[in-house]
Amino acid sequence: MRRAFAGVLVVLALALALAGCSPAADGGAAKQGTAVDGGASGAAGSVTVFAAASLKTAFTDIAGKFEAANPGTDVTLSFAGSADLVTQITQGAPADVFASADTRNMDKLEGENLVAGEPGNFATNTLTIVVPPGNPARITGFSDLARSDIKVVACASQVPCGAAAQAIEQETGTRLSPVSEESSVTDVLGKVISGEADAGLVYVTDARNAGTKVEEVTFPEAATAINTYPIAAVKGARNKATAVAFVDFVRGPEGQAALAAAGFGKP
Amino acid sequence: MTARKAATYTGIPAWVYAVAAAGALLVVLPLAAMVAKVNWANFIPLVTSESSLTALGLSLRTSAASTVLCIILGVPLALVLARGSFPGQRVLRSLVLLPLVLPPVVGGIALLYTFGRQGLLGRTLEVAGLQIAFSTTAVVLAQTFVALPFLVVSLEGALRIAGPRYEAVAATLGASPSTVLRRVTLPLVLPGLASGAVLSFARSLGEFGATLTFAGSLQGVTRTLPLEIYLQRETDADAAVALSLVLVAVAVAVVALAYRSPRAGRPATVERTTTAPAASGAVR
Repeated sequence: MRRAFAGVLVVLALALALAGCSPAADGGAAKQGTAVDGGASGAAGSVTVFAAASLKTAFTDIAGKFEAANPGTDVTLSFAGSADLVTQITQGAPADVFASADTRNMDKLEGENLVAGEPGNFATNTLTIVVPPGNPARITGFSDLARSDIKVVACASQVPCGAAAQAIEQETGTRLSPVSEESSVTDVLGKVISGEADAGLVYVTDARNAGTKVEEVTFPEAATAINTYPIAAVKGARNKATAVAFVDFVRGPEGQAALAAAGFGKP
Repeated sequence: MTARKAATYTGIPAWVYAVAAAGALLVVLPLAAMVAKVNWANFIPLVTSESSLTALGLSLRTSAASTVLCIILGVPLALVLARGSFPGQRVLRSLVLLPLVLPPVVGGIALLYTFGRQGLLGRTLEVAGLQIAFSTTAVVLAQTFVALPFLVVSLEGALRIAGPRYEAVAATLGASPSTVLRRVTLPLVLPGLASGAVLSFARSLGEFGATLTFAGSLQGVTRTLPLEIYLQRETDADAAVALSLVLVAVAVAVVALAYRSPRAGRPATVERTTTAPAASGAVR
């Protein structure tokens, strides 16, 4: 019995090792093949777009318009934090286009030699203050966030929204002491919507998405930390022509109109 | 014991071993892959950074606190479920076990609407001067919420296997219910209680979703090791992997402690803890 077990283990280990190696090698070759073949033709077929979570509303809109403008195309969207997306693409996820919420993560993907061509900036985003409806703590500007009697929630400095908040803090000399430093804007927004926090720092687009569940308090100092969104086709894209066409579409008039409607600024 | 084991008929077909091996690989292979990714040159500085040590310390303290809470609340719950008889018992059992299958984020949302500022009990607590949101208390509550079923399930199983025979004897000899509980029942199920407590501790240590949703994330206050790993991953993958390994090591040590003897979890100490003459017969 023990010998049989050992034998099975060896076979399984071998099978797993083979399974682990072969598709990667095949997949890589196949990807390059189609990229060369498809290079000459126009936009057609399916394209997979990996986009930062904050782009969800705008890109869902843009994808629909792109499919309508280019019959025969099919856009698959995948939304997550930019850093997550870079990890996924690096690990071989089938992305044709990458739209990042900051230049740092696009640089990371370029560092992995996975960006085709030069990334182009297509939108900007700034921070804004959100408060629960009725503004119970009477926040009127950025300096109010330093008050000791209120609960402020912001992003941690490791994530783009937190880095932007830190830049504004340095610029204005206002020191915040948040009760929580979240990993994502969604978590900040959640804590304001639920009324746990008196104020939160999120992007303008997040505030607009939340609708009437929060109130927005704009502050002029936000202009000192503008977040730029770059987009690029991924190297080894299965459908390079369509990927490039989608990138151009986002940066074109229709894409820009959809982004403006979602609250994004011009690049 | 060994002689009896060798004589026992196992009767496991060879193909079961094959599938079992695949199952084991599914768990072991990703862990091995993670270990292979560890940047050993920087391992010590990465795991001994101030933020890492603060997070580890907070994790150990909150997990210990929630384990104590699990024991205080879970032992009576398991007793009532295993031995009691009342209407709605089955419904109560399903509800108590719900956190086992609930996504932790859902648990966090539920806790938020209970203990949060705008929650069911939040206003009352605030009047009493207690603010739970964004505090270490919130972390302990979230961990207890997800870990309690582990203790209840382990202990209820142990109680059922042990059966109420010794307690019945003790009661006929004039012991009060509380004395029976303290002198007979609890010693009898101690191994089950111990493994349940260790599992609760391990589950608390790994708690992430409910904590993030309910307690927030602030260094030294609410940012436990899993939250620190999640945050580090944004900028420093090496640090995230190193910290993951620390968490895995602690979890493995804890689980190994719980299952160091194959008899743990069963009322195997019956012969030793009781002097009843019928003990050996009752175990069978």
